[in-house]
This record gives sequence, structure tokens and C-alpha cells, in this order.
Amino acid sequence: MSGIIISNILILGGTALIAAIVLYFVAQKFKVEENPKIEQIEALLPGANCGACGKAGCHAFAVACANSSETEFKDLFCTVGGQAVMDKVASEMGYVAAVKEPCVAVLKCNGTCQNAPDKVIYTGMKSCRMANRISVGRSGCPNGCLRFGDCVKACPFGAIKMDEVTGIPVVDENKCTSCGACVRTCPRGLYEIRPKNNGVRVYVACSNTQKGALARKNCKAACIGCMKCSKICEAVKVENNLSYIPTTVSAEEFGASLAENCPTGAIICTKNSSSAEVKNEQ
Amino acid sequence: MSNKTFHIGGIHPDKHKITTNKPIEDAGLPEIAYIPVKQHIGSPAKILVSKGDKVKVGTLLADADGIVSADVHSSVSGEVLKVEEIEGEFGYLEQMITVKVEGDEWEESIDRSPDIIKEITLSPEEIIAKIREAGIVGMGGAGYPTPIKTTIPEGKKVEYLIINGIECEPYLTADDRLMVEKAEQIIVGAKILNKVLGIQNAIIAVDENKPNAIEVLRKITRSYVGVNVQVMQTKYPQGAEKQLIEAVTGREVPSGKLPVDVGCIVQNVGTVNAIYEAVQKNKPLFERVVTVSGDAAENPSNFMVRVGTPASYLINKVHGNPAEIGKIIFGGPMMGTSAVNINAPITKLSSGILLFKDDHSFKPEETACIRCGKCVDACPVGLRPFAIASQVRDGDYHEMKQLHVLDCIECGSCAYICPARIPLLDYCKLGKYELKKSK
Repeated sequence: MSGIIISNILILGGTALIAAIVLYFVAQKFKVEENPKIEQIEALLPGANCGACGKAGCHAFAVACANSSETEFKDLFCTVGGQAVMDKVASEMGYVAAVKEPCVAVLKCNGTCQNAPDKVIYTGMKSCRMANRISVGRSGCPNGCLRFGDCVKACPFGAIKMDEVTGIPVVDENKCTSCGACVRTCPRGLYEIRPKNNGVRVYVACSNTQKGALARKNCKAACIGCMKCSKICEAVKVENNLSYIPTTVSAEEFGASLAENCPTGAIICTKNSSSAEVKNEQ
Repeated sequence: MSNKTFHIGGIHPDKHKITTNKPIEDAGLPEIAYIPVKQHIGSPAKILVSKGDKVKVGTLLADADGIVSADVHSSVSGEVLKVEEIEGEFGYLEQMITVKVEGDEWEESIDRSPDIIKEITLSPEEIIAKIREAGIVGMGGAGYPTPIKTTIPEGKKVEYLIINGIECEPYLTADDRLMVEKAEQIIVGAKILNKVLGIQNAIIAVDENKPNAIEVLRKITRSYVGVNVQVMQTKYPQGAEKQLIEAVTGREVPSGKLPVDVGCIVQNVGTVNAIYEAVQKNKPLFERVVTVSGDAAENPSNFMVRVGTPASYLINKVHGNPAEIGKIIFGGPMMGTSAVNINAPITKLSSGILLFKDDHSFKPEETACIRCGKCVDACPVGLRPFAIASQVRDGDYHEMKQLHVLDCIECGSCAYICPARIPLLDYCKLGKYELKKSK
């Protein structure tokens, strides 16, 4: 009896020993050298795997950083971690990180329940994707916010909340990392990533390209393409009955006057948002 | 022996054919007609008229732009008020020609006598040209231009012509009444198609729940050679093109192929009637039968409606009480879409308007899938709707394609049968829409 046990231990132990020796030499032969910096850089990254950097995830970004030359490194930026993280990664690599202004997502629609009231009763699924496919939306605006909050679910940082009074989503600029998940999710492409600029931003909160009268029929805060803004600042472009304020326009210089002079309140200046709201209520 | 039907899936919804014995009424003329220039699959027609032009009934308003397109004719006589974008069925803007109705003056070339012209004198090429000039499209709902369908590609041979008189959607009776009242026209239309396609025999397929139509058609087909009536066992969605071919001939149309690849051509009875009127009477397609029904309609009926009539005009006609109406559906209850704009015009493809009380309308209150597999059993294409739904939720296009969501015929059997009230049809439609868009 004990003979069987001993012989079993010897046979199994011998097989294991041979396999271990073979595996050791195979592992030596096919060894893959991994850059030790990859692991160090990955430890510095936020680990959100959001894809905002354009890579498949944080590991892919770390690999790209570790294998980059100095000029290539300038194009890599983790918007979620921001400048602080990038500076650390740069010191790890011995390079200098590119300086990028922090950005934030803005909603290019002000079609609140008050500005663009419901015209039809929607009983379908509470999803923007679905509502966008089925019809023009509750308010009748073909480009406006559908107010079901797909972006709220999509935001990996919990920066977007539905405002219960207005019915449209609000971006918390302190939590927003400008990863762009909302830009990709919104079926109507209403989000735009714009520089944070210390809280002073001016943008057109409308995406409606219909003619003025039609746009106003559905929403009180629609851009009617009246060109008033382009007279205040020449850089403002009006195309397809819709105004667009480039990010190069100085919000400090023109913001207040653009927002005040917009007859429908479609232009929002974040420092001056109180006056824009007053105008919408009228 | 029971009648033929298709073999995979299918359901038996309640019929509710409450208007089956209501004769087709003339809906009359609206004050203003809104005629969309795109009432078909393909490119919109090129507009030929402008503001202030006087038009008659049957005047060409817009010309087919390219091969996959169709002519649009005026359905009323009067003055063109404007040509601009107006809110359509889904609330999106569509190019429409607005005509203010003045009198009812028809083009002289249209033969308005009630006599039936049985003799077919034109050659197949001339007949196809007539069909093209009349702007005929598939009136079953797809809106595929008929001239393309009747022109057989090189190297293909047609063995079966199936005239689709199934009308499997509950409530709708437009095709049913058309078969009862215009039976002889449809039969002559079938003979015209026989000549075009170069075949000897046309089959008119009718569901067994239409005894009146079957009786009338059987009586008249006795005096015609080459047109037969085939009675089919009732099952939804038998009126779908590929399901009907399988039911009648036993041939299966492969995924991504056309019926003509298995030697079959299917035409709706409405289309065949329009072909008769175009070829024998020179009448373009500008009116069609529409069923206005539902439990919120006080006086449901079938109407002969001019294209461009606002839906609200017909709703007033059946004395739909606006306070009682909970949901308005354009089309049938299974495949139709709920109305966003009730002033949207009737097009060549509108088969019905249904008015439902609030407690009768379907509102998805989605609960968890219990994996009962009823949707898989019901799907006439053999798909797995529950699996498609979860992939659509995740937005996984690759998996959606693997599950063949593009083969979905959007019949709604899965959503009808689902005990968890999951709007499976909506998921499938969304999947198709996003997959096509992502290409």
C-alpha cells in the first residue's frame, strides 16, 4: 500500500520537475521585455478607462507614453487627470508636458420645459436614443434636447444632473473632466467641449437650424439667426440660421454684451447667467 | 385539410375588423391639400410647379428624380399656395406642395367612366411606361416604386405572381373592401401584370377571415383565365412579402435577397388596382382607400381619400372625440407609428388611421426579461428579439449584426407576445436604425 503512494509521489514529482525545467528554458527563450515605465505611469493615471485621450484605456495610454519620443509626447494628454497628472508623467519620462487649458462640456440647448413646452404626450421608452428615432421630440424642435437624460447615465464622473425644474441636464464644471462621453452619447450632438476659462464662458445654447419663425414656434430661447451677435463681435459666425461663437472670442470682453443683446436669450454667458434667465422668463 | 400558411413563428392577435362591412365612402375634398414630394423609397421627386400655378386633378407636380423615385401628381384642382417644408408625420420638416382646393376639375386624359375595360392592347414596355408615368409605388406600406419591381432583371425568371390581399393587421379593412368593391379591376390588373411578366398564372392570396372578398373574387375569376384565388390560413404577419411567398410557394427568400431571386413577385391589391386604373383609364395614383377605425371613433369607416388630405380631416369625419382619444396611430396597430402631428397628410402609403381610448393604448412599462422564449417562438424570421434588445441597450453593433437585426421585418409579433411588456420592436427598430447609421 505504502509502495503505491511512494511510487505515485515519485512519478508525479518527477513529471513536475521535468515540466518546470522545460518551462524555465522556454520562458528564458521567449521572454518579452516590458518597459518598466509602463507600470509606473499607469499607477499615476486616474484609471477611469474613459477613452478621452483617444486610446483604448489607461494601460494603452501608459504604453503610448512610455514608447513616445519627446515630440510625440506633446500630443498625448489625459484630460481627466489634467495638468497635475501630466506633469508627473512627464517627470517620469524626463520630458515636459504640453500645457493645455482645462475644458468643460457645455449643452448647446436651452430648451427647458418652460422655453419649449411639451406638445405631444410621449408614452414610449424614456430614452433619448429611442425618442430621437421615433419622432421629432416632445417639444417639436428637431435639434433640441429630448430631456430623457441619456447623458446623465453616460457620464462616468457623475458630473451631469437633470435639473428637475427646467428638465434639461446641467453640467457640474467642477466634476466634469471633458472626457467627451456625453458628446458621443447625445443622439443630437448637443454637447461641445469648450475651455473652462475660470468659469467665464460665452456660447450659443441652441442647435436649431430652422428659420427664425419656425424655431421660435417651438422654443422661446431658440437662436433665430438675427445676426445681432455678429455685429457686436466680428468673429461670431451665423450659418444655417444658427450662430456659433468660436472659442477664440474673449468671454471677458464680449460675453456680457453678447448675452444681453441676444433677443431670445440663446446666448449664455456663465458669469452673467442671471440676466439670461430673466430674459427667458419674459 | 386546413389552408396554407407560413411555418416559422407568427401570432394570432384579435382581429377587430369592425369596418369590414362598411362600403368605401368618398371622403370629399379638404380645403387645403398638402402633397409631399417624397411618398416612396428613394430620392424625392423634382418639383415642377411654383407658387400661383393652377393645377387640375392628375396634373404632374413633381417628376421622378433618378430610377428609384416616383412621379407625384396633384390630387385636387386649384392653386398652388406655396412650395416649402412643412411638419410631416413625425414632426420633422418635409418638402410639400400646398394646394388650395377650388372645385374638382380633372385632367381631360383621365377616363372617368365606370366601365371596366377588359382588353389589354398595350405591349409590356408600354405598360411599364404607363405605370411609371402614373407614379405608382407599392401601396402595402413599403413604397418601393412599382416600375422597378415589374422590370425583371436580366437572367432572372419569374414563375409566380402573388397578389397580396392578406391584410393581416388588425382593424384595417381597406384592402378587404377594395377586393369586394373593385374585384374585377384587380383581376384585370393581375392580367396586365401577367402580360408584363410573361407568365400564365396569377395567384390572389386572401386570408380566410375575409369571406365576402373570397366569394366575390371566386365568382369573377371563373370567367377569367390565368387568375386564381388562394385562400390562406389566418396568421400574423402573413401579409409580409417573404412570409407570403413561403406560405404560397414553400420557397424561402434568403437573407439579403429579393423575391425575384426565388422567382416570385408580390404586389399588393391596392397597387394592382392602381395599375389597372393607370393602364386602362390613364388615371395617375392620387387617391387610395384608408380605414379610419378604433374604439374612440364614433363612426368608423373606409374612405376613398385624396393624397394630401390632412389626417385631422378624416378624424373629424368619424367624429373622433378629442377628449376621449388617448392615442392616434398612423397605419395598423402592430406596425404603425403613433401620430406626432395629426395635420400630417395622407400619402400613397397610408392604410389606416386608428383612434384609441387611453386605456386601450400600449404603453411600455418594461419589466425584467424572464427568458421565457416566447419572442423567439413568435418571430417569423427566426431571430432572437430578447438577445437583440440587450445588445441594442449596450450599443454593441458587431453583436447586433451577428444576430441579423437587419433581417427584422418590424412586424411587432415579439412585442405583442412579450409577458414582461418589453418594447422589443422598438429595440429592434432602434438597432436597425443605428446599425445603418454607423456604416
